[in-house]
Amino acid sequence: MIVYLLCFTLFLVGLYGVLTQRNLVKIVIGLSIMEISIFLFFTLIGYIQGAAAPIVVRGQVETQFVDPLPQAMVLTAIVIALATNAMLLSIAIRLYRKYKTFDIREMRSLKG
Amino acid sequence: MEQLVPVFIILPLVSAFIIPVTGRFSQNFTRGLSSIVFLILTVLCVASIGLWDRGMIIYTVGGWKPVGDIPIGIDLIFDGFSAFILGIINFIALLSSFYSIGYIKKYTSENNFYTLLCLMIAGMNGVVLSGDLFNIYVFLEIASIASYALVAFGVEKEELEASFKYQVLGGLGSLIILIGVGLVYWITGTLNIADSSNLLITKFDNKFYIVTQILFIAGFGLKAAIVPFHTWLPDAHSSAPSPISSLLSGVLIKAVGIYVLIRLFFHMFDLTYEVSLLFTLLGVLSMIVGGILAIGQSDYKRLLAYSSISQVGYIITGVGLGMLIIATGGDGSIAALAIFGGLFHLLNHAIFKSLMFMTAGVVEHSTNLRDLRMLGGLSRKMPLTTNASFAGSMSISGLPPFSGFFSKLIIIIAAFQAQYYVVGAIAALMSIITLAYFLKFHKDTFLSKARSEVRQFLPVPVTMKVPLVILGILCVVLGVFLVPQMKEIFMDPAINVIIDTDQYSEIILNVNR
Repeated sequence: MIVYLLCFTLFLVGLYGVLTQRNLVKIVIGLSIMEISIFLFFTLIGYIQGAAAPIVVRGQVETQFVDPLPQAMVLTAIVIALATNAMLLSIAIRLYRKYKTFDIREMRSLKG
Repeated sequence: MEQLVPVFIILPLVSAFIIPVTGRFSQNFTRGLSSIVFLILTVLCVASIGLWDRGMIIYTVGGWKPVGDIPIGIDLIFDGFSAFILGIINFIALLSSFYSIGYIKKYTSENNFYTLLCLMIAGMNGVVLSGDLFNIYVFLEIASIASYALVAFGVEKEELEASFKYQVLGGLGSLIILIGVGLVYWITGTLNIADSSNLLITKFDNKFYIVTQILFIAGFGLKAAIVPFHTWLPDAHSSAPSPISSLLSGVLIKAVGIYVLIRLFFHMFDLTYEVSLLFTLLGVLSMIVGGILAIGQSDYKRLLAYSSISQVGYIITGVGLGMLIIATGGDGSIAALAIFGGLFHLLNHAIFKSLMFMTAGVVEHSTNLRDLRMLGGLSRKMPLTTNASFAGSMSISGLPPFSGFFSKLIIIIAAFQAQYYVVGAIAALMSIITLAYFLKFHKDTFLSKARSEVRQFLPVPVTMKVPLVILGILCVVLGVFLVPQMKEIFMDPAINVIIDTDQYSEIILNVNR
């Protein structure tokens, strides 16, 4: 149980970063931390204490395997997270070129 | 027919790949290609009308047969409801991409624009067709990432800022959805919607059940811009290029937000009174807050974006009323009426909001102005745009001959019949407020005296005018869907699929056996 709580704490750390930080790059880092906490959660879902890796070879003795499906999902989710992070950072770089700063308090062209 | 289902995803994906490759050699080919692709898909949707009543078409990706009773492959499911939404998506995409041929020339890198457009539509089609939770998440991210890039397409200060805001909130929404998917897998051990619906019924008192429902409402609510989660929408939808605004407002928030919410809560979870009440409350709240915020707007597209929030509230209210009636065991025909109202308003909103954003694009293209305080007296110079915009605004406000009137009327009638008088009264009142701000907007832009700020009138290319005419005519004639024969052909398959909450998983599991 404690592992799940730690995982949730990591999620909250990321959320705290997204909500309180004023620097664009730090907001992106906060989002990444949240992503990673969810990847950990997914791998924990499939984990079984003492079970073998889900690779079947000839002459296998173990009968209990770790669930491989969450691991496949995590791989897909990592690729998607890579795309979102690249997109976010490229927008952040463009914003830096326009405003000469990463501070979101300076960026106030949208109101209402 | 079964083999044609994956075409809805493959064709836009392949054309997204072809466009940048061939774009170097032949600019005209790439301009036409996306329109042709969406035309084919729209025709395919309309041609499948006769097949809806035969239940659903199931395509198993990769042909993975179920092991025991457990489906292990990914299903693509084409039934009345998904066909309805697919038709809307591809029709609006067809008109937007045709409109873009004239509009997008002022930007550099046209090829990237069409690539991203095709990717976004591929993602949305995938979300609508998919019968697998994780697959919905993957396609949702394809659609979202393409839309993030398209919002920032102008690469000016406002566009970049709006895109960053949209990405942070959209990314948060996707992560919340991902946790929800993980929890469903944890409880049931399957990702197939039909299978997990079967397994979730027995685990109704599981403590994670409620948490999962809340996570899905929050995540997809963020994507659909229902009120407590709406803050990104006015920025993102008003900063994107106009054809994209019309796609985002007309289609994206419905396909990845409302559609999935309806699908999951009717077909995967058991309908409970609390969740139905929450839905209706969120809908009414969106209706009120969006409408009131729209009154004070002075930016052309921002006003339209806020009105989107309000109109989405109507859709959610209609569907939420249907849920409430089913959950409390009320009269099934009233539930069907409420859901019909919601779906009809969804269709109408797709039509008139795309029309309004396209007229905004024409005005911006021609005068280079977007501020309502500076525009004025355009009716003499642009009669066609004025008439199209008039049809759109009157349809949104719900005046009798236009289609928007009928859908709002049905929602209000259903609310009164089900004895939720307050909801009906609020819906009627917000309709009047909508009329107020659209009349003010129409007067400021088109009818008042010409102001000195409007100096230039660039000619409008014909590709931008054709969609306006088509959508304007549709705004007037779509009221015919109320005629029972037309309703039977176009709307009833979708409504029947939603109402029969158990049938969905039964059919899929039987086919998989």
